[in-house]
Amino acid sequence: MSAPIHTVHSSKSPTGRAQTEPPVVRRLLIAVALIFLALFLALPLAAVFSQAFEKGLTVYLAALKEADTLSSIKLTLITAAVTVPLNLFFGVTAAWAIAKFNFTGKNLLITLIDLPFSVSPVISGLIYVLIFGLQGWIGPWLQEHDIKIVFAVPGIILATIFVTFPFVARELIPLMEAQGKEEEEAALVLGATGLQTFFRVTLPNVKWGIIYGVILCNARAMGEFGAVSVVSGHIRGMTNTVPLHVEILYNEYNYTAAFAVASLLAFLALITLMVKSVAEWKVRQQLENN
Amino acid sequence: MKFFKRHNNVLPGFGVTLGFTVFYLSIIVLIPLSALVFKTMGLTWGEFITTVTAPRVVASYKITFGAALVAALINSVFGVLVAWVLVRYNFPGRRIVDALIDLPFALPTAVAGITLATIYSPNGWVGRFLEPHGIKVAFTPLGIVLAMTFIGLPFVVRTVQPVVEEIETELEEAATCLGATRWQTLVRVIFPLLSPSILTGFALSFARGVGEYGSIIFIAGNMPMVSEITPLLIITKLEQFDYRGATAIACVMLLTSFTLLLAINLLQKWSRRHAE
Repeated sequence: MSAPIHTVHSSKSPTGRAQTEPPVVRRLLIAVALIFLALFLALPLAAVFSQAFEKGLTVYLAALKEADTLSSIKLTLITAAVTVPLNLFFGVTAAWAIAKFNFTGKNLLITLIDLPFSVSPVISGLIYVLIFGLQGWIGPWLQEHDIKIVFAVPGIILATIFVTFPFVARELIPLMEAQGKEEEEAALVLGATGLQTFFRVTLPNVKWGIIYGVILCNARAMGEFGAVSVVSGHIRGMTNTVPLHVEILYNEYNYTAAFAVASLLAFLALITLMVKSVAEWKVRQQLENN
Repeated sequence: MKFFKRHNNVLPGFGVTLGFTVFYLSIIVLIPLSALVFKTMGLTWGEFITTVTAPRVVASYKITFGAALVAALINSVFGVLVAWVLVRYNFPGRRIVDALIDLPFALPTAVAGITLATIYSPNGWVGRFLEPHGIKVAFTPLGIVLAMTFIGLPFVVRTVQPVVEEIETELEEAATCLGATRWQTLVRVIFPLLSPSILTGFALSFARGVGEYGSIIFIAGNMPMVSEITPLLIITKLEQFDYRGATAIACVMLLTSFTLLLAINLLQKWSRRHAE
């Protein structure tokens, strides 16, 4: 993608005469698209908050202050606090190896990194049960030594690492490839060490890409349901993450509380979308400046 | 072992970073996934076939793949429309609408699930208008299609949108100068340019729908043979401690996902060549 094409493209008037539809058709298409999006996206979002506050602010706050809710929030925060840094470190390392060097098997490696995205969340949880569960590969050994992984916190964290595995790497690889390695080479020639080069040259260049990857990784880590549901064991106050707690409250017909807790996750989603939009814009800007 | 062969390059850290990448990938993804394959190989061929072709299991494939297909088709039509409207037309609030497209990526599936179930239940915001016409969405296969449409929508929009942005207006101008009507230009010039990305988006949306669990189980009703999706059946088998059954069905699902992934990769290669 070369820069000139971009300028031509951005100066393109969307209402050039022969290149667009008659105003009536245009308005009709906009209307159909917006009605579809309102029905599928805006309405559910509004419904979460409306249901959460249906019985007033007091009931809403009471649902959030409940002990089981608080412990589920704590577990979700712990899970994200372990998962995100690990996958961030992996993402940066993988991007460095893949984007800055040429080697055989590169495409295969990229495909394998993307693999968790195409696996059903249920299977992502199941595979850890097959290894660490009682009937699994090392389950009996773990039981002898009284170590609990599945149906306990470590299992939840492992399954979450699996489902959020590709986020940072898949954002950074194309970005670092597009930026090339001339700047790093210059830094090295001028006498910088490898780590200095990385922290002072590479990192500032991919900062927004990292933020983009981390915010999406975090959203999925805090919101994952299927995979975590398989390995959790659903022990209230012990191995319940926020999404699992929403399910329990909902299945107990405690709708207001379920939506109150769900509104926290919806709020997180809105913040995620905002940060993501800003990061996307900044990345685009940076690539165009290059 | 010269599989990962390094070419001449002055940048440091290749060995360490690649080594860590392969190590972490192996312990988190490859070894656990291979556990599924090895566990399945512990079954005899007869056992495997009986498990994965049991009537209840076959019914779940039909529901899962059928609903995912319908949802992907709906998304292909409306996704292209949304992508086109977002790139080509100006209207107030366009930026916000554009950001909102990714909501299904950002909103946890359980939240989407309980919300859709509530809106489309007989006395919900939308359900109450459908109920008098005899249209039941919640707790029927229609609900499954709805949930899959919700989670699959961004895939089509986000694969088609950049391609619409790249279309050069000169092409349309040329078509108009040569006497084509706007409709002819759309069908004969624009659509062929977009079709590889539409197919890719369709496949991505379909693949996501097939594996989806969280947003579906609340709205599906989960009746065996009628509205039970395959991922749910795997969980049901697990809860009954039928690990072999769960593993066998999961293996079928995994093979299907990998086939889809391969198809998507080929489609993307094809569309990249197409674009050049």
